[in-house]
Amino acid sequence: MAESSIAIRFFASLRERLGISEEQLPADGITCVRDIREQLQKRGEEWAELLDDDCVLMAVNQAMAREETPVNPGDEVAFFPPVTGG
Amino acid sequence: MIRIQSEALAIEPVLAALEDDAPAIGAVCSFTGLARDLGDQSGVQSLFLEHYPGMTETAIQAVVDEADRRWTIHRTEIVHRVGEIRAGERIVFVGVSSRHRQDAFEACQFIMDYLKTRAPFWKKEITAAGNSDWVEQKASDREAARRWADSDGL
Repeated sequence: MAESSIAIRFFASLRERLGISEEQLPADGITCVRDIREQLQKRGEEWAELLDDDCVLMAVNQAMAREETPVNPGDEVAFFPPVTGG
Repeated sequence: MIRIQSEALAIEPVLAALEDDAPAIGAVCSFTGLARDLGDQSGVQSLFLEHYPGMTETAIQAVVDEADRRWTIHRTEIVHRVGEIRAGERIVFVGVSSRHRQDAFEACQFIMDYLKTRAPFWKKEITAAGNSDWVEQKASDREAARRWADSDGL
């Protein structure tokens, strides 16, 4: 299972508004973060709008990532809003 | 050392740890962040801090490593609270020891400025009236972090 899927995580306001904190996505056809974002955005208006935001940050295996960052089966990909710690 | 914890933040043990290295060090500089009652909303009663376990520690370590490259620092102690924090309580502590005060001062401010824009923490304000809203990232915080990048051409 872990070898053929990608773990997706959402945090803070994004987690609350999408109503989900984590899920497994089949790795088929996914080569980079953009592929995941586009696939998730097809789920409906709320997903399309929230993930379209330029402010949404992305991480692959807990390191900040860009749209073109490669994603492999077994990786963990996270989406979250700008950080507000301290 | 980097610690993420839900319990109250005691400063004395971390300050003592920083001074442990005396007399090899000549300066300890620290910053303590407190939960204010005025944020994006007024009458804030408490904050709720969410984070990304694992990535938080890695992101802060990267900031510490960068500080270590830029200044001569001896030791760093960073503690950040998560979960519910009442107004008036401490949220974050950044302490740096060094042979010289200038390095300690600058590294401490650098770590705090970068932590605010790079470590995956998210803050929610809860008011006495029961309003609960996620805090927006501030342009002033982004500017504070950018200042260090500009000065080094990064």
